[in-house]
Amino acid sequence: MMNDAIIWVIIIPLLGSLISISWSRYASLTAIISNLLALAASIVIVNQVYQSGPFIHELGGWQAGLGISLRADALSSVLLLMSMLVVSAATFYASSYFTDAVKRARFWPLWLMLVVALNALLLSGDLFNLYVTLELLSLSAVALTALSDSRAALQAAIRYLSIGLLGSLVFLAGVALVYMGYGTLDLLALSNKIDASPLSQVAFGLLTAGLLIKSALFPLHFWLPSAHASAPAPVSAALSALVVKVAVYILLRLWMDVFDQVLTPLSAMLLGTLGAIAVIWGSWQALQAQRLKLMAAYSTVAQIGYLFIFLPLIVALPEGSLKDAAFTALLLMALTHGFAKSAFFLSAGVIQQYCGHDRIAELAGTARALPLTTFVIALSGVALIGLPPSGSFLGKWYLVSSSFQAGQWWWVVVIAVGSILATAYVFRILGYAFGPRESVGRVLNGGRKEIPALILALFATLILGFGSAGLWDFVSQHRYFPGS
Amino acid sequence: MISEQLLYSLAGIGLFGIGLRATLLHHMLIPRLLALNVCGAGVFLIFITIAYAGAESRPDAVPHALVLTGIVVAVSATAMSLALGRRLEALNDE
Repeated sequence: MMNDAIIWVIIIPLLGSLISISWSRYASLTAIISNLLALAASIVIVNQVYQSGPFIHELGGWQAGLGISLRADALSSVLLLMSMLVVSAATFYASSYFTDAVKRARFWPLWLMLVVALNALLLSGDLFNLYVTLELLSLSAVALTALSDSRAALQAAIRYLSIGLLGSLVFLAGVALVYMGYGTLDLLALSNKIDASPLSQVAFGLLTAGLLIKSALFPLHFWLPSAHASAPAPVSAALSALVVKVAVYILLRLWMDVFDQVLTPLSAMLLGTLGAIAVIWGSWQALQAQRLKLMAAYSTVAQIGYLFIFLPLIVALPEGSLKDAAFTALLLMALTHGFAKSAFFLSAGVIQQYCGHDRIAELAGTARALPLTTFVIALSGVALIGLPPSGSFLGKWYLVSSSFQAGQWWWVVVIAVGSILATAYVFRILGYAFGPRESVGRVLNGGRKEIPALILALFATLILGFGSAGLWDFVSQHRYFPGS
Repeated sequence: MISEQLLYSLAGIGLFGIGLRATLLHHMLIPRLLALNVCGAGVFLIFITIAYAGAESRPDAVPHALVLTGIVVAVSATAMSLALGRRLEALNDE
């Protein structure tokens, strides 16, 4: 039972999704129970990796090549745990978010499908399953975006779907070339086989291009702001914190573990440069945004940019502790952003429902009316800027020190400008929120909505900041399969 | 025999390229969906050519299974785009 946690973490939300279609009266309860069970399973998986290292589970005993293999290692299990924590908090939030019974009945099955896709993607052991789960993820994410049923949301959903479909077709073409050249799609087998041939370079280019669309790296980010800003708040939280991030996860997996022979310093430098432009451009747009959720969406564009700046540094650093530290810092940045941005979007949803709008210039009095929610926004702002003790402070610290160690000091300028812009856009919101207004509200207005957001923000600012030493040990010990 | 396989691969790559170009150029829903499906057909054709192992031996079954899955995904995504497009049209008429 315990050894099969890697199956349960996918099966339980899938069953929950089917149950919530059939008995929509009990859908909220089903969703909460199945998410908590899946969260427990993800904790068991992290513990298994911690106790005995990375492992592979072959479904039904069919060996890789014919069957489907699931795998867990330090990178995937930590991201799985983060995603289950975010999803569980957002599930509690969503259980009191939808007032319209029809929308609520449509939301739960799709939401649980999104969880299935996320978990299956993180645990997939071969390229084709990555494609299928990526597609499952896009379809459920698009349907959830369209749930707002406004004209803006539908237009954003259509654009999101067609650009996502293009991305996955390009990815699939890359998968075809890999199979043509190496006769297998199993990631572990491929990591020993792939060499720097023209075929593997084209395949690598196609796989990367497809994933860059999905992970919204500048200049392929254009679909993201409208989709993330017009979705319902719990959906926006999952889209920004998780859906974009798992595409970055696949990229990392392919770059670091599978195509490490093919990745050249020049292509890494190119992606790092795009990441740097994303940091500046995204932060600048966030500062200009008129609406709270649009601001958060542009901030996601910028935060994804930071992750890509790590890439040329990881490639340039020599094998050993410096390189591993940069890799772990990248993971820490991704985790912190996941918690902080989901907390931010959930709080933006509270404000939107309370005020009836999310226009930043008209937020005066929010701090008095919704003190806890404003506090959560400030806390997640701390993590978005990268102030201590948040996880992203440590992440940026390592980003700066790796830049100097790799002799690429120019990234430091980008990080500094990005952090100043982030400070500006966070304080701009707080400035309006603390504006004068007469009425004083209760500290806690909606426990099921405000407390989940608070917990997520605390993960970003305190738990990851103070607990990062554990992450360091965990990743350095269990990143690779023994013998690979 | 090899040249025949090459011909089909090139046709697949060509379709993929045509579809890709048209997808990026068109912004209307229906032309873009058509372009995406042409693009997809190109990818599927490449997969089918990979399965071919000469006139004497049986084709590799794995790429066939992959193409089937790919087609299912492409059809459902197309259907979903059309449904979203109709919903948008209904909203515009109201």
